[in-house]
Amino acid sequence: MKFLAYLVSGISLGSIYAIIALGYTMVYGIAKMLNFAHGDVIMVGGYVSYLAAMNLGLPSLPAILVAMAVCTVLGITIEALAYRPLRSAPSLAVLITAIGVSYLLQNSALLIWGANPKAYTPVVNGTLQLFDGQLSISYVSILTVVCCIVIMVALTLFTGKTRMGKAMRACSEDKGAAQLMGINVNRTISLTFAIGSALAAIAGALLCSFSPALMPTTGSMPGIKAFTAAVFGGIGSIPGAFLGGILLGVIEALARAYISTQLSNSIVFAVLIIILLVRPAGLLGKHTQEKV
Amino acid sequence: MTSGSLRVLNPPGVWEAKPDAMIKRDPLVPITRTSYIPERDADKTPILECIDLGITFGGLKAVDNFNLAIGRTEIAGLIGPNGAGKTTIFNLLTKVYQPTHGTILLDGKEIANMNTAQVNRAGIARTFQNIRLFHNQTVLDNVLIGLHNEMDYGMGSAILHLPSYWRAEKIARDRAMEYLTLFHLEQHADDLAGSLPYGAQRRLEIARALATNPSLLLLDEPAAGMNPSETAELMENIGKIRDTFHIAILLIEHDMSLVMNICEGIVVLNFGRIIAKGSPDDIRSNPAVIEAYLGRKGGKS
Amino acid sequence: MNLKKRFKEAKSDYFTYAGVILAFIVISVLKANGGLNRSQTGLLVPICCYIVMAVSLNLTVGILGDLSLGHAGFMSVGAFAGVITAMGLYNVIPSAPVRLALAMIVGAFFAAVIGFLIGIPVLRLTGDYLAIVTLAFGEIIKELITCLLVGVDAEGLHIIFNVSGSKTATDLNLLEGGRVIIKGAQGATGTKTIASFTAGFILIMITLVIVQNLIRSRHGRAIMAVRDNRIAAEAVGIPVTRYKMMAFVTSAALAGAAGALFGLNYSNLAATKFDFNTSILVLVFVVLGGLGNIWGSIIATVILYILPEALRSFASYRMLIYAIVLIVVMLTTNNPVLKTYREQLREKFGKNKDKEATGA
Repeated sequence: MKFLAYLVSGISLGSIYAIIALGYTMVYGIAKMLNFAHGDVIMVGGYVSYLAAMNLGLPSLPAILVAMAVCTVLGITIEALAYRPLRSAPSLAVLITAIGVSYLLQNSALLIWGANPKAYTPVVNGTLQLFDGQLSISYVSILTVVCCIVIMVALTLFTGKTRMGKAMRACSEDKGAAQLMGINVNRTISLTFAIGSALAAIAGALLCSFSPALMPTTGSMPGIKAFTAAVFGGIGSIPGAFLGGILLGVIEALARAYISTQLSNSIVFAVLIIILLVRPAGLLGKHTQEKV
Repeated sequence: MTSGSLRVLNPPGVWEAKPDAMIKRDPLVPITRTSYIPERDADKTPILECIDLGITFGGLKAVDNFNLAIGRTEIAGLIGPNGAGKTTIFNLLTKVYQPTHGTILLDGKEIANMNTAQVNRAGIARTFQNIRLFHNQTVLDNVLIGLHNEMDYGMGSAILHLPSYWRAEKIARDRAMEYLTLFHLEQHADDLAGSLPYGAQRRLEIARALATNPSLLLLDEPAAGMNPSETAELMENIGKIRDTFHIAILLIEHDMSLVMNICEGIVVLNFGRIIAKGSPDDIRSNPAVIEAYLGRKGGKS
Repeated sequence: MNLKKRFKEAKSDYFTYAGVILAFIVISVLKANGGLNRSQTGLLVPICCYIVMAVSLNLTVGILGDLSLGHAGFMSVGAFAGVITAMGLYNVIPSAPVRLALAMIVGAFFAAVIGFLIGIPVLRLTGDYLAIVTLAFGEIIKELITCLLVGVDAEGLHIIFNVSGSKTATDLNLLEGGRVIIKGAQGATGTKTIASFTAGFILIMITLVIVQNLIRSRHGRAIMAVRDNRIAAEAVGIPVTRYKMMAFVTSAALAGAAGALFGLNYSNLAATKFDFNTSILVLVFVVLGGLGNIWGSIIATVILYILPEALRSFASYRMLIYAIVLIVVMLTTNNPVLKTYREQLREKFGKNKDKEATGA
């Protein structure tokens, strides 16, 4: 029963990673950049939903919607101001810029909201008791898992069926060719950042519901882990990000419970390394060989 | 090979001495049931033998039942329509791809367990269809990289700049300049390789390949993108390379006049299989070749 | 080879040596005459360490062309190996410079060994996958060191690997007079600080000789060939894996030596100091200094390391300013419009000069 409890907490933690990873994998797929600022957008999402609930007295759902709106605007702005001018620049230059944006967001948050952790009120309260109270699952966990599945399905349908989604796939494959086909590449990339950032806002609210201490650095480790999850599942692949996120969460929870709390991140990263050695493009990624 | 025993090049004078010399061509003689090499090489082990070579990509036989022998000083041609599998053969010979079946003998020795770098050290050098130079390095450095295995100083003398470093570097630089001179690139020695015009880049790639001291040189469409006068010069150069370095050359080319003028043995590939083999005259009159290039009579024209 | 030509080619190398020596002399004179205050003096050793970090990372990122996000991991290995060595030998070797030199050698050695072990899986990958795996290794090293308990007494070294997190320094069972060197999450405590600016200068010079001479050798050319075109490099007979490993391990060893010096500069040092952010910090030095540009790495390190300190009067705004500087520098140096504008300016300037020359 204990194992089941760890498993459940792993799956719900993994769902948060998966939500972030879904946004990350879309942004990576299209912009081909390690967006280190993604984790900090999560943090901003957390703060905005926190403030909307505290200061404006909004209920959880509208508060999250406000956070999503703010993060969407933030994501589009970051892309337009910092990344778009560097579209033809070497990837390292973009990486350093992303790091700069990450520092900028963290330190702005530090100035505006201070270093003291804020006690975040979970979006929903209460727990579900199963097996005569032997297994308790918080409603937040259930909400997270449901959210994650809904988002995954929605994104799959969006990229597979809609015009905009197809444009996105075309851009991620070959921007030049997509442009020649009449696709507005800049708008498509903006939209991708918008979706990724909105997902980051949802993830921010859910993440803070799990571990209620909200700080300017709250987003960085989950951001890195989510990227790991995306790589794990095969970057650019939506089901891959979902699978990678869940697996990462489960491995982390079980490692923490059964092996070592201190080494839980190491175990997660070690599994990533092993997976990449066996399958260099991740679990569900496509391996491409350079043509000679 | 040690730095002291570097092969001495023939002086460039020899190269220039006979600008109009005809490229020497001998009649072919059979060495096995399916392979021919020029008469003058017949008493020596062929430099390359492929026996039933093949590779399969996801069920598709990209190359199948490929048999070929090349004499030690032969200039051989590999031709065929686009997508016939010509570059795949080069990739198999240089171990960029691992053959699914068959044997490759280089100078009579199996190369099955070698990787690309080891195959080069064993004696196969190549150029690429889409030129692969070290673009951000100088022309001289490109050739020096080709001479990498001709130098023998270790990391210690490299870091401490011991006398062995200076000695080997000096010999290598002189050698590199000789190669550049052969290909009229000496005045560009300090330019970045990427800044050279197209024809010069092709020449540099050949110079770099030769610097690795091969016994078999593979040229992948050396005349692609060249104008007629550049092609004529290239043709002459290929003959000179063979005569100066006494090596075998296998080239893939779409320019038929080049192939027919300088190759001794020609292999025609279509859909991964050999459809004809022989001297330029044999190939010219072979109905299967004409069909492969021009299509079946009465078919789509 | 023509010596003059060779000198011309390597001019930037000699310029770099001269610059470093000059800086060392000027700073030493200033220091001797009381021209530097305490906080400025305190920056000297860390700057030396970070210069070595940046130059060595440049070998991996700029020369080999593989993005490493875990360079701080090697620094960490070097730091703790160095601290253990120096403190372990505290009663055996009385001379501090000798202990420091030994510590740096041991630090470099352990970092090289770890670099080799990590290199086996890492160097099979490319691009962002390689980057994320180096990041992962950096974090793993950090967490593993957090689990370390090390002490020394008359019997020798006592090492406990504290996986469960339940053990403390008393579990080391040290004899009377023994001392604890590394206390788990607290890291190295009570270290005798023996690092010196002179040692930092010597380490920089050694690093420069190794990296610059390597670049100008057949090995360096092979490494750059692998970076520029892996397939072509293989085709001219270069053993790609061996050269990737050579660059990676050399880079790790130098980072280890820098780590040892860094570790012996502080009496308390936690493993979390060498986290992902430190790797990023060094990467920023390398990229802003210019990939493959050794002198650039040195200058960028000095400026960017001093910048936040110089901005101390702005207190909480300093990291914000740092972030903005970073973004603006990246945008202006890589903006295609500005790039063409700069080139036009240069052309115009060059033309004017030509005209002047012909006019005169």
